Amino acid sequence: MIPLLSRINVNILPVILAVIAFALIGSASSWVTLTVAGLAMGMMIFLMASGLSLIFGLMDVLNFGHSAFVSFGAFIAASALAALGAWVTGDSVFLNAAALTAAVGAAVAFGAVAGWFFERVIVKPVYKDHLRQILITMGALVISEQLILMIWGGVPISVPRPAFLTGSIVIGGVAIEVYRIFAFLLGLAVYIALYLVLNRTRIGLLIRAGVENREMVEALGFRIDRLFIAVFMAGSALAAMGGAMWAGYQGLITPMIGSEMMILVFIVVIIGGLGSIEGSLLGAILVGLTANYVAFLAPKLSLATNMMLMMAILLWRPYGLRPAVKG
Amino acid sequence: MAARFHTGRLIVYGLAGLIGLLLLFAPFLFPDVRAQEVAARICIFIVLVASYDLLIGYTGIVSFAHTMFFGLGAYGTAIALKTMGPGWDAILLGGAAGVLSALVLAVLIGLLSLRVKAIFFAMVTLAAASVALVLASQLSDFTGGEDGMTYEAPKLFSAATKLLTDDEGKTLRIFGVAMNGKILAYYFVFLSSLALFLLMLRITVSPLGSVLQAIRENEMRAEAIGYRVVAYRTGIFCTAAVAAALAGVLRAVWLKYVGPDVALSFAIMIDILLMTVIGGMGTMVGAILGVVVMSLAQFYLKDLMEIGAEATAALPIVPHLLNPDRWLLWLGLIFILLVYFFPAGIAGTLMKKDGGR
Repeated sequence: MIPLLSRINVNILPVILAVIAFALIGSASSWVTLTVAGLAMGMMIFLMASGLSLIFGLMDVLNFGHSAFVSFGAFIAASALAALGAWVTGDSVFLNAAALTAAVGAAVAFGAVAGWFFERVIVKPVYKDHLRQILITMGALVISEQLILMIWGGVPISVPRPAFLTGSIVIGGVAIEVYRIFAFLLGLAVYIALYLVLNRTRIGLLIRAGVENREMVEALGFRIDRLFIAVFMAGSALAAMGGAMWAGYQGLITPMIGSEMMILVFIVVIIGGLGSIEGSLLGAILVGLTANYVAFLAPKLSLATNMMLMMAILLWRPYGLRPAVKG
Repeated sequence: MAARFHTGRLIVYGLAGLIGLLLLFAPFLFPDVRAQEVAARICIFIVLVASYDLLIGYTGIVSFAHTMFFGLGAYGTAIALKTMGPGWDAILLGGAAGVLSALVLAVLIGLLSLRVKAIFFAMVTLAAASVALVLASQLSDFTGGEDGMTYEAPKLFSAATKLLTDDEGKTLRIFGVAMNGKILAYYFVFLSSLALFLLMLRITVSPLGSVLQAIRENEMRAEAIGYRVVAYRTGIFCTAAVAAALAGVLRAVWLKYVGPDVALSFAIMIDILLMTVIGGMGTMVGAILGVVVMSLAQFYLKDLMEIGAEATAALPIVPHLLNPDRWLLWLGLIFILLVYFFPAGIAGTLMKKDGGR
């Protein structure tokens, strides 16, 4: 009974947050706008965080270079959208969608391939050695950032947004940006897909079992290292997708985009608990809402507030809200 | 008899001693201004890297917040010197405030997150450091934002101050070096750095140092023997934070300028990491070697790349790879190779060769 109670408590945290914010903000229309923005942002962060969390949960590998996939995803999507020019800005919803699919698809494909390379070359030699893992993935991050600077240069790049995702719709006197709704729905779709794969398929069963007790799964004769490559590639692809979506949301990207988002991603993963996508979702929504509410109430304290949120949750639950891995 | 004679150890300590002597006489050996800047930077970074080595090398804690503590010391001193005017009281007050806030933050972060996995700690410190960086650029009323701030150091340290005068009342020159306040400032930095380094060296050879290494090697066993691992970890984290903050104070007094790129940026954190790993984790002398090698590499690698980029200008991608701005790319590559093949660094590899027997 008591574990059930605490689980319910954890899941309504975003609601509590939204209610408190409503009291502080006062105006209903601003509150709705901010909440939608927060949910959209949370979903995009969820895309980036879920992969990192799963990779850690399954193989005890924390990839500090994860943000490189976010940056690469953003820049590849931006380049693809820029290259497709007329498709993006044209009136045809069909062509718009095709351009968007191509851009996000290119980012995802790159993320998967780069993830494969990363796992084989960078991470594999240093399994089970956290210190060297942190150092090497950090080194890889430095190299990736330099490569981005080399290819795209240091100047901010503007990202064209597909025409059917521009503008906003008005519901009950409140204008809501279409892109935010789209980002929210895409994130939700990814979450549902991940949830179904993890809970309804054989592969998902093996992944969950691997998170719980890796050696046991290996002893039963399953090649968990192959499974891990797949998870690593999927996680990297999700990060690239998150980067691509975030690039479209921001409209203007710099090579720093990955490392800027990475702070939030780390906070999300710590808040949510390593290894669980439910935790990542919860953490991402909390962080997204907090970031938007505080940015409205006290703009300069936005990031610091998220940091304090993380500290508070660490005090309360040292392993995060919904961890899948213990200890 | 041959077994007692550690060539590698001798080389390492010989090199460290030589570097120490060179730094001691740096103003006389390399009289130009730029070389003096480099020498002072090396002194300060030796303290910074040695204090980081206490964490990563001796205790096995990976922190990415070291520049944050360095920055707190530097910004504290700088803000006090700017608002109170150049004076010793400002350095003392600002420095103390900086060091104290570093200590408080270290205690908070340590108690909160050193209980859980090492990897959690690395993430928490990275997040904290990023927040500090963002705050420093946003609170520009206090910190000068992205541009940083310039201010005056105490008059005693200015180049116009005559320390010793000859018969005609001009600044006395010894071996062609003017005995002005700048020299005094250098020796202030040098001696403070030396004292801090020796203090940290003392910690590593004390019983406390042995406990820390025991925690690094086998945390459970250290706990089982009866050492309170969390307390020791938090303690050493605070010690390292204070040392880094003091190095920040020195940096602020010497440079008379503080901004994100000299005291807080993530690039400095990468520098510290590289220096620690190149020099050799878990060896205090490694800090000295690592800092000197990296500083020289930063200096010469760029020149070398410049030449390479010009020589290959006709080729398609190569000149972009060799562009001096991309030097971090190569350092990153060297770093990864080092961690793969020589995780013990220069000092560790040399000393292990015959010291292990």
